[in-house]
Amino acid sequence: MQPNPGDNHLIYFDNAATSWPKPAGMIEAMNHYSGIIGGSPGRSGHRRSLDAGRIILETREVLADLFGIDDSLRIAFTKNATEALNIALLGLLHSGDHVITSGMEHNSVMRPLRFLETQGVQISVVSCSGDGRLNPEDVRAAIRPQTRLLVVAHASNVTGTIQPIAEMGHIVREHGFLFCVDAAQTAGALPIHVDEMAIDLLAFSGHKSLFGPQGTGGLYIREGLEKHLRPLMMGGTGSRSEFEVQPDFMPDKYESGTPNAIGLAGLGAGVRFVLAEGVEAIRSKEEGLTERFLKGLASLKGITVYGPPDAASRTAVVSFNIAGVSPSEAALAFDERFGILCRPGLHCAPAAHRTIGTFSRGTIRFGFGYFNNDEEVSFALEAIHSLAGGSTEQ
Amino acid sequence: MEAPPYAVFLFPSVSHALKAEKILKKQGIVYKLIPVPRHISTDCGVCLRVAVEQQELAAEALQGMVAWERMVLL
Repeated sequence: MQPNPGDNHLIYFDNAATSWPKPAGMIEAMNHYSGIIGGSPGRSGHRRSLDAGRIILETREVLADLFGIDDSLRIAFTKNATEALNIALLGLLHSGDHVITSGMEHNSVMRPLRFLETQGVQISVVSCSGDGRLNPEDVRAAIRPQTRLLVVAHASNVTGTIQPIAEMGHIVREHGFLFCVDAAQTAGALPIHVDEMAIDLLAFSGHKSLFGPQGTGGLYIREGLEKHLRPLMMGGTGSRSEFEVQPDFMPDKYESGTPNAIGLAGLGAGVRFVLAEGVEAIRSKEEGLTERFLKGLASLKGITVYGPPDAASRTAVVSFNIAGVSPSEAALAFDERFGILCRPGLHCAPAAHRTIGTFSRGTIRFGFGYFNNDEEVSFALEAIHSLAGGSTEQ
Repeated sequence: MEAPPYAVFLFPSVSHALKAEKILKKQGIVYKLIPVPRHISTDCGVCLRVAVEQQELAAEALQGMVAWERMVLL
């Protein structure tokens, strides 16, 4: 095997952080916005402003189609899933409230929750199995009279473990509190339907499996819930300009200031790509790559794989370790010797690493994407074999 | 006195107005997005203008699909 470090032959396995490459249509849409549209959406009434507004509305509409949302105006755009989760958590929870979460969460959930804890919000972190699975019955057991919210990631950014979202949604419905899902890793990669899964708040990232640019994300808010959800920011919305109080309706309540219109133009094109290819087809390809990789890893010595053993129970994310090689050393070697781009460390999710027993060493994470192929996976397996053989463990 | 030739729908925001536009376009109802006339509201946004004889048809199409604040005859 020849080392493959050239810039033209990179293998991009960091799709769980941000997807690359993007569909051609996404780049075209952003060029078109930048070069031709230009206007400030929702502000002026001139044709370019209206065209800008129409582009953003279309992005809302295709997202609503993708997630089974009846009214696209129930989606507020944010700069990422983190901002969406912060709106949901900081906006909803008050002193005396109880919130349930899992032991597999990202810091985009845990940090706001740990802050809220200092403000008198009670938190139950329900333990997961060693491969990251949350048992819905354990969630049921954690419910208290003060429980206001269950917040969980649809799939882990560390192990890819997919949680039984619909089952948990129905437990939440049964008990009459609220359900917030962090879909950063799954929006576009797995089927999501807010009604079938009984989701009240859906936070998503635009730049991962929805193929938008960085700086895009959003929050779906179930009808009526905006009355109980304080915005993080207030300011100009282009609406109700005669009043000095923040609008109380969707989506303006949560969309202060000029939006990332060029980014949302790109996101719209990314979502149209997902709809055209089909989530099922995307899932099938990514699951195939993951299965190939898991099978290959199983035949190598000195490799520890985390998360569920089967590709069907996870997104296209695989965390592993090579005996005697630290994750950061391995990632550097993958990049410099093989041109493979991945992410080592704790992945902003110390809780998840504690659950799978890799805190504070961390793991090497490969995040496959729709544009990867079998040859790249095979090449990576050879590279891992080579690194494992070159173990420097004393 | 002649009947006013146009009716305008006022919306909470431009996002609402643009969603309404999409619905009317799909229904084949002739409309125009215009700045909100100053004598109707101090809001600086846009509103949807339709011919007065299409007002009921437009209202039916928008009902339950997008919230509007007021309908005013021009």
